[in-house]
Amino acid sequence: MATTVDARGFSCPQPVLMTLEAIKKGSPQDLVVLVDTDTSKENVMRAAQSQGYTVRDVAPEGEGYRIHIVKG
Amino acid sequence: MPMKNVFASRWGIVVVGAVIGILAPVLQKLGNPGNMGICVACMERDMAGALGLHRAEVVQYMRPEIIGFVLGSLIAAYLFKEFRPRVGSAPIVRFILGVFAMIGALVFLGCPWRAMLRLAGGDGNAILGLAGLAFGVWIGTLFLKNGYTLGRTQSTYASVGWILPLIMLGFLALLFVFPQVPGEPKSGVLFYSVKGPGAMHAPVALSLAVGLLVGFLAQRSRFCTMGALRDLILFRHTHLFSGFVSLIVFAFITNLVLGQFKAGFEGQPVAHTQHLWNFLGMALAGLAFALAGGCPGRQLFLAGEGDGDAAVFVLGMIVGAAFSHNFGLASSPQGIGPHGIAGLVVGFAVCLFIGLTMRKKAA
Repeated sequence: MATTVDARGFSCPQPVLMTLEAIKKGSPQDLVVLVDTDTSKENVMRAAQSQGYTVRDVAPEGEGYRIHIVKG
Repeated sequence: MPMKNVFASRWGIVVVGAVIGILAPVLQKLGNPGNMGICVACMERDMAGALGLHRAEVVQYMRPEIIGFVLGSLIAAYLFKEFRPRVGSAPIVRFILGVFAMIGALVFLGCPWRAMLRLAGGDGNAILGLAGLAFGVWIGTLFLKNGYTLGRTQSTYASVGWILPLIMLGFLALLFVFPQVPGEPKSGVLFYSVKGPGAMHAPVALSLAVGLLVGFLAQRSRFCTMGALRDLILFRHTHLFSGFVSLIVFAFITNLVLGQFKAGFEGQPVAHTQHLWNFLGMALAGLAFALAGGCPGRQLFLAGEGDGDAAVFVLGMIVGAAFSHNFGLASSPQGIGPHGIAGLVVGFAVCLFIGLTMRKKAA
């Protein structure tokens, strides 16, 4: 079960801060981040990549996106 | 995978910075005030004057660029299916941050865009302003690191997202119904400057066209000057910062080509040389932008894509401009206004109060 960060409703930089915090805390293999704007989606993807994560999948969910990132 | 946004790439943000950097000095050549081809704060201040919210006679004009920014972003957001009406993240706080962001910006005499354009035009005072901006944003990042947040938005009716664009369309209608009459200080309900920076402007259609184009591109690229510094300080991310640098470089080149570059501190257009107040004015503005999550330009683009909280920030800035001029807080080329220092003290106190108290406890 992947760790999930629900950043919906937050505007930047919060979604990025929350993602980085989750990465720092547990260094999870899998992380799912929920966001609700395209800006947040792009920023979270960019931040994850800068931390050595790969974006596995981005899927529309509700009014936003479900971003699945994996280590390595 | 959803459609790739080419403007979200490094190349995209650099191109958008370059386009703004070229178009702003061109607008100046076409009539806008010195180093003020585009200045969100100054232009919103002029709009407050056009509406009679303040009666500073030299800064009254309904600036079509601002109208274009919001509508251009709205068009881009709809074309790319990014219009997301949302609201409810501490709107009253955003209003107050807008008020004090404007008060700080008018102590310096410009928003971050103008600070960059002033630097690119050779105005050394802009160095103090940009340093102050970075300082204010840095204070904002300390709050962010300690859990500061304005809270979540909620999605809402499309009509909520349409309110600011409709207000801008209303302003545009006023501009067409009551066009400027040469030499007259008033046309219908709108005030016009007959001298001073408010009397200097590019032709309406060109101003509007550039505004629409910049609004469109900035929505796609998420161009933000505050975000550029914030992401650099907070995350060491240089994405937005590359757009920031691009704007300065291309504005500098364009100014050289157009013969608008003049290096020095003294006698710069719509600027004063009181270094401390240039620094602190922009520091207050930078702090307020950081707490509100965007520079004044970015707030307009967010409002165009349906963010009702950003729209409240914009209205706060317009009202803040009225306070600035009515209360003698705004600077002039002679120096700071009679109550500018008091405005800064109150502004810093308010921003610190907001930053210290609006904190989510660590989970």
